[in-house]
Amino acid sequence: MGSQKRIAKELAELVESPPEGILVKLADESNLYTWHIYMDGPEGSPYYNGKFLLNLTLPTEYPFKPPTVSFKTKIYHPNVTNDDKGSMCLGMLRADEWKPSSRIQAVLQFARQLLAEPMPDDAVEGRIAEQYKNDRKRYEEVAKEWTRKYAVDS
Amino acid sequence: MGRWALVMVPGLVPGRPGSGRGAHKPACHGQNAFTTPPLTRKRKAAAATLVDNKPRTAATKAFVALSPAATRTSPSGHSSRKKHKPADQNLDSDSTSATPRNFSVPVRAKSSSPDLNTPASTSMESDEDFMSVGSSPDDFLDTQGSDVESLGEDFGDDFDGGFSKDKDIIATKRKPYEVEFNVLSPGDIERQQNLQINEVSSILGLPPESSAILLRYGRWNREKLIESYMDHPETTLEEAGLGTNFEGTPKTEVIPGFVCDICCEDGDDLETYAMRCGHRFCVDCYRHYLRQKIRGEGEAARIECPGDSCNMIVDSKSLGLLVTDDLKERYHALLTRTYVDDKDNLKWCPAPNCEYAVDCPIKQRDLRRVVPTVQCDCKHYFCFGCTLNDHQPAPCTLVKMWLKKCEDDSETANWISANTKECPRCHSTIEKNGGCNHMTCRKCKHEFCWMCMGLWSEHGTSWYNCNRFEEKSGSEARTAQARSRASLERYLHYYNRYANHEQSAKLDKDLYLKTEKKMTSLQSQSGLSWIEVQFLDTASQALQQCRQTLKWTYAFAYYLSRNNLTEIFEDNQKDLEMAVESLSEMFEKPVPELANLKVDILDKTAYCNKRRVILLSDTAENLKNGEWTFNVDW
Repeated sequence: MGSQKRIAKELAELVESPPEGILVKLADESNLYTWHIYMDGPEGSPYYNGKFLLNLTLPTEYPFKPPTVSFKTKIYHPNVTNDDKGSMCLGMLRADEWKPSSRIQAVLQFARQLLAEPMPDDAVEGRIAEQYKNDRKRYEEVAKEWTRKYAVDS
Repeated sequence: MGRWALVMVPGLVPGRPGSGRGAHKPACHGQNAFTTPPLTRKRKAAAATLVDNKPRTAATKAFVALSPAATRTSPSGHSSRKKHKPADQNLDSDSTSATPRNFSVPVRAKSSSPDLNTPASTSMESDEDFMSVGSSPDDFLDTQGSDVESLGEDFGDDFDGGFSKDKDIIATKRKPYEVEFNVLSPGDIERQQNLQINEVSSILGLPPESSAILLRYGRWNREKLIESYMDHPETTLEEAGLGTNFEGTPKTEVIPGFVCDICCEDGDDLETYAMRCGHRFCVDCYRHYLRQKIRGEGEAARIECPGDSCNMIVDSKSLGLLVTDDLKERYHALLTRTYVDDKDNLKWCPAPNCEYAVDCPIKQRDLRRVVPTVQCDCKHYFCFGCTLNDHQPAPCTLVKMWLKKCEDDSETANWISANTKECPRCHSTIEKNGGCNHMTCRKCKHEFCWMCMGLWSEHGTSWYNCNRFEEKSGSEARTAQARSRASLERYLHYYNRYANHEQSAKLDKDLYLKTEKKMTSLQSQSGLSWIEVQFLDTASQALQQCRQTLKWTYAFAYYLSRNNLTEIFEDNQKDLEMAVESLSEMFEKPVPELANLKVDILDKTAYCNKRRVILLSDTAENLKNGEWTFNVDW
């Protein structure tokens, strides 16, 4: 199947002209299916100044099946699970929403956008979503604190 | 008593368990007793874990205790058959006074038209074409001919898309508890779909495969769909995932210099396909995508274009161009499934491996007034309202309440009833599993006598002998206890009878499996022919059905308030029960006797069926007219 060709092409595009605040690398040069993404916290968000490592895994059926994205760096965010998996729930990554012609670049940009604007209604961490909606100040404090603690090189 | 006394003496000293922060535990001096918490699931768990299998044994006991009683009734019912006969006849005449009332009620003059699709059958071939491979454009123009003028009359009558055009030809005599319905085979369903698609196609002047998408989008509500299309054609098409461009016939093409967006392959001989939205991909990717949707995700009606954020729906014609036959078949099966799921008047038969669907006009809101039992062609009886097994005469809502209650309570309730009493002051449920009669409730510290439930202090010095049965405090406590226990006992009364019929039906069913053997041996022993021994089969089926009905009469009765109607109901119930038990009894006779009993069994079978009809008719009539009063809101 053409999956390798497609992946190689997408990777080349992303390396050549990376989207703002996003850096893409293969986790292992011999394996096209696992990527490391380095994402800068967007300006104006409590994640600003943080550098987050994400894992992007492509299924063998890619692009007919969606990739999965997870945070390796701990992050305080309503849409990222607060465990060692750091799973992320993105609408476009659901099997029934994903289109074979959707691009990884769009996924990454969407993920970064989510850092700037969390979507508390699709939260995986209900408690954080609640706080985000009702006590924004406290949410930002904790998110900043976590960013400082886990996402900033000291 | 003496035994209690002995055990109790040492217990007296540490007697007041004021330390009981574990509150729920009442203490019996000397030995531990425990309270089962209030009647909830928690209790069930507690009872189950703490006293391991006690609840079950108690329940079984209750059950065993009941079944001999049940069997006992049947011989008496049998032997005194003559004695009963006049009574039966009395009741019959009682209910014949009711019968004409039941049967004279105007039966809705709708026949369940068996050949629902006859008008369609002639145009079928072309329909099939439309659905699968798609028709040639000429075909399509032809159908378009039957223009918009016919719109009004076409849609005036049959709303539900049921096409029961011949509904007023014959008025079948339906019993009050029967509902109109129709069984559809997979082929019938597909024909029904195609018929509607073609009608809409000719009215709106759209290709059939597009009309199909439109209809699925509008959940097959034709009137609303046409209205919405007439008012805002473009919005409706967009929202349905159709797009407004109907020009040209999409076909696979080879386009020089094309690069597929999915696999990034290029090549001058790459075959490509695009729907009218213009998103073009290579045929391989398209096929892979469709296969994954259909096989992997079981999707059919809403497969979108593979293009990023394009919501155009892949139509059956495009699909026909691209995929293999086995996939096409699966695709159509899935479409049929969504068709049945989408339409309120259709339900799949819930029997395992049954492919039929039932068409019934009963709406959800009607379920307060009817219990719509239907029978599929596979012989399975089920309720169209909730798709559970036939539960006449009890309405769906009550059935759900009852099943939930039984699931939560019955085992527990049986056990509580058999093993516990309540604290006369705070009504905590208490189990005494040994020790003396001097009880101190761990919860409220009330001290009472387990035997008479009276205040312990009134026992004075006669600690160990409860000889004061007439004490005031004791009798009051017993009355209160009796009241609270009465509701539990009432539930158990109905539950045990309900469960008994369920169990008996199972046993009868086992018997039925042996019936065939019986029939064969009866044939050889008595010289009767195969046809002549069929009476056993008939009897067995009648037994099953009557027990099913009886079972649900008890659930129904549990929720009824008492009045004159309830008494008539109970009389009917009793008559049916008596008839069923005596038939059941006959049925168990050894093979050699069966041949001689043939006439009796035939009579009894007919009688059982008749009693069932009377009971169900009466109940259904009252339900329809809102005559029943219930002790719950539903």
